[in-house]
Amino acid sequence: MDKLLCKCGHENPPGTVLCESCGRPLNEQEENKELADMRYEGTARRSQTYNKSVIDKIWNFFSSVKIGVSIIIILLIAAALGTILPQQQYVPANTEATIEAYYTDIYGTVGTVYHALGFHDMYNSFWFIGLVGMLAISLIIASLDRFVPLYRSLKNQRVLRHPSFMRKQRIYGHGPGQEDTLQKAEEKLSELKYKVSTDKNGLLAEKGRFSRWGPYVNHIGLIIFLFGVMLRMIPGFYVDETLWIREGETRAIPDAPGYVLESKGFTLETYTGEGEQEKFGEAIERVGTVAKNYQTDVVLYKIPEGALPGDTDEMEVVEEYPIRVNQPFKFDGYALYQMDFRQDEFSTMSFALENKETGDSSGDLTIDLVNPETNYELADGSVVELLGYYPDFSGFENGEPQTASPLPKNPGFLVKMTTPDTPDGETSFITIQNTVEPLGDNDYKLAFQSVETRDASGLTVRKDRTLPILGLGGLIFMIGVAQGMYFNHRRFWIQQQQDGSILLAGHTNKNWFGLKKDLDQVNEHASLPAYRDQQEDLEAQEKREGEQLT
Amino acid sequence: MSMEKKRNKKQNRTIMRTAILLLLIAAIGYTIYNSVTAGEVEVLKVGDQAPDFTLTDLNGESHKLSEYEGQGVFLNFWGTWCEPCVREMPAMASQYDVYREQGVQILAVNIAQSNFEVETFARQYGLNFPIVIDRDKSVMTAYNIRPLPTTMLVNPEGKIERIVTGEMTEQDIAGFMEEIKPE
Repeated sequence: MDKLLCKCGHENPPGTVLCESCGRPLNEQEENKELADMRYEGTARRSQTYNKSVIDKIWNFFSSVKIGVSIIIILLIAAALGTILPQQQYVPANTEATIEAYYTDIYGTVGTVYHALGFHDMYNSFWFIGLVGMLAISLIIASLDRFVPLYRSLKNQRVLRHPSFMRKQRIYGHGPGQEDTLQKAEEKLSELKYKVSTDKNGLLAEKGRFSRWGPYVNHIGLIIFLFGVMLRMIPGFYVDETLWIREGETRAIPDAPGYVLESKGFTLETYTGEGEQEKFGEAIERVGTVAKNYQTDVVLYKIPEGALPGDTDEMEVVEEYPIRVNQPFKFDGYALYQMDFRQDEFSTMSFALENKETGDSSGDLTIDLVNPETNYELADGSVVELLGYYPDFSGFENGEPQTASPLPKNPGFLVKMTTPDTPDGETSFITIQNTVEPLGDNDYKLAFQSVETRDASGLTVRKDRTLPILGLGGLIFMIGVAQGMYFNHRRFWIQQQQDGSILLAGHTNKNWFGLKKDLDQVNEHASLPAYRDQQEDLEAQEKREGEQLT
Repeated sequence: MSMEKKRNKKQNRTIMRTAILLLLIAAIGYTIYNSVTAGEVEVLKVGDQAPDFTLTDLNGESHKLSEYEGQGVFLNFWGTWCEPCVREMPAMASQYDVYREQGVQILAVNIAQSNFEVETFARQYGLNFPIVIDRDKSVMTAYNIRPLPTTMLVNPEGKIERIVTGEMTEQDIAGFMEEIKPE
């Protein structure tokens, strides 16, 4: 396509509607319009002018605002669908098969279909991310395609516009003027903070051009935001893990290489409702208990540089910290939050070795359920030997006791008791509910005395290196919004014709009321010709015609 | 404007547009790739260097993975409560007898259980290979182990040859040992 040469001599890019320099209409259609389309200053959206190669076609596809809006609508619908049933990370199942079964069990056919369609992992699905990516492409290309020509056009604009351009502006006036009209208008406009440039018999007053860049700044903010979200997928930028740790345990912190955490203890405090806390009395009466504090006291260790995982001897204490709700433990970009707890898991059990007949006790022994010992020697020379330990006893299989988990939820012990009376030893299998004596009746038994418990803390491990980027994106987004919303790009063109009459035209991208107010002020000072709002005239005319028809 | 200039401009436009589109598509592709693979269990992938660690076995001897370079290492993560782990142990023991002389080492990493439980278990099943206990789960975390059993097959160069989740038959075990045995 060829460049368009305007009568004024300016070369315009192909597809331009209004000359960048003087504003003359460049095609017949535009010539016949009552008002000029000033949206992009009559420039050619670049995509529309070239449509040849495949690349151009793809480019044009994404340049379309219609496509952009369609992508947003599809994304909205998809995002909404993803909230109908819980996403997979919130269901109590962790393998592919159990997750699928969960949806079917709980939600029936709807759940099956939901899972089959992949909606259970909507926001990580390739097509959802693909759509967000397409939105990003659309934002970038559509902005580029509009920003570049608009920038060019506003940069190239001339003070003197062709009368045909001025006549087609919404604010337009033509009438007699005085010799000093232009000069006085310039004075007043400068006072109103307009940038005034003059050329021969005319002036151009302009204010707030930067407001036109608002949408593009806004889009840059969005792109930065999306870029930040993209970074979350890259290892090292974003961590969101759960760590269960029991009192006394030492655990490596997931996704925080080199860091190890020890729990010194978990505390749950409640309000007593007495003394100073009397004001909570009513609430306590109503709901039972009111929590005051959830706290896990931890020690953070670091494995020094060069040491290996598992090398616990070389760990160095970094810090001790009480983690409370809303008071996370922060270190090296990570934060540990108090999120959950489980109270009263067994930690030790005490028994007395008793003679069944007489009830005489040979002494007490305490078994550490986390780290049991093999032999327990009692004062009178009796020995209890632990033969087997099943922390979460779940029954026998082929005569073998089984454990369902490594946690001491239902401890089972296989013991051999040797006393001075029974030097050969007696075997017994003990669980909380009952005692089995597999090798015949025993003279001695282990009588349950007491149990000690400990608490488990559920901590969330968080790290988010993308927050500053998301913040920056959000800030730029808001700056763009403010720029475009609260500032207006206002322009006046005033020309004195050879016969002394004054041509006047005004344009703004929004807030026509403000533009008119400015113009009225100039009018008082410089006696300009009366102006009309041609848009309002047209609307009034249409209304009249409409009424006549009916 | 001359024809040549025009052609140049068109070429530039195509190059520019192609470059921008390729850049954006690459970014999206990378994001999708990451999100899809992050959903899977392994952050470690076949071909990666196996993270080095040092753990102590039941006899108090420490085992450092890098010291086994030049040998294949059959790294099995297990616990006594995990039935498939228990079932595959005897098969591992009998294949260890075959492949030990051919340069394949088994390291069975128990997940944070007590000495007593592990010792009793090893004695009961007559296990002949070193069993180390990962007390603070740091090795489990470094290898991002989720389901048990998981077996990492480390080749003589110290790279991960294969990741097996779930129970293995004796035949599987023999095949895997064959894969990682030194030339």
